[in-house]
Amino acid sequence: MANTYTLIASSTVGAGGASSITFSGIPQTGYTDLVVKVSGRASGSGYDFHLNAYLNNSTTAYTERAVYGSGSSAFSYSASIAGYSASLMGASGTANTFGNAEIYIPNYTSSNYKSYSVDNVTELNSATNNRADLLAGLWSNTAAITSIVVTTDDGTAFVQYSTAYLYGISNS
Amino acid sequence: MPTKLIINCETGEQTEVELTAEEVAQREKDANAYKAEKAAKELADSVKAKAKTELLKKLGITAEEAALLNA
Repeated sequence: MANTYTLIASSTVGAGGASSITFSGIPQTGYTDLVVKVSGRASGSGYDFHLNAYLNNSTTAYTERAVYGSGSSAFSYSASIAGYSASLMGASGTANTFGNAEIYIPNYTSSNYKSYSVDNVTELNSATNNRADLLAGLWSNTAAITSIVVTTDDGTAFVQYSTAYLYGISNS
Repeated sequence: MPTKLIINCETGEQTEVELTAEEVAQREKDANAYKAEKAAKELADSVKAKAKTELLKKLGITAEEAALLNA
């Protein structure tokens, strides 16, 4: 059980929007795990979009197992994708609402492959088109994680007031 | 020009950088791929919904009555 939860860095998107948010120079000592919390909304039309996160700028070697609910239906999938994903709000969603995601990466400096988990919900304030995701993933790479890039998978931008927070957790 | 945010965790410094032409091209490629994937899914859902409607009509039952078969 984690006994520390320390904010390493954070960012809030300004009026012009931003296509991605990058945390670089992630500390390699002092923490065992990383947590990224994103509150985001994409500028493209639609109710929800995928949030992609790339470790060390890598777009390969990710696999996922996930369950998600959208409206009245539930689904599951397995996939090999370019960066793991959660859901964000899109421009067709209720005004001024955001999708909230948490990405947990244990043992981010180890020389083993990196496991991760993601959970998220969209704050639609509606009885339909709500979405929630829960997934487990693996990045088949032994490199220590030094940077994380979060972006949308539809080529649009994060709108103003989207935020990303990076926390370090020490288990010792 | 679209921008990206880079936060240096060692210094806490945040910089806003304009995307390169290559990055802009990649974003446009991603956007087009997303639209194509979404259109394909919507088409598949539409075909499935139409087939379901036709089957219910053929069986002479409502969607609610069909749902009872799975209850």
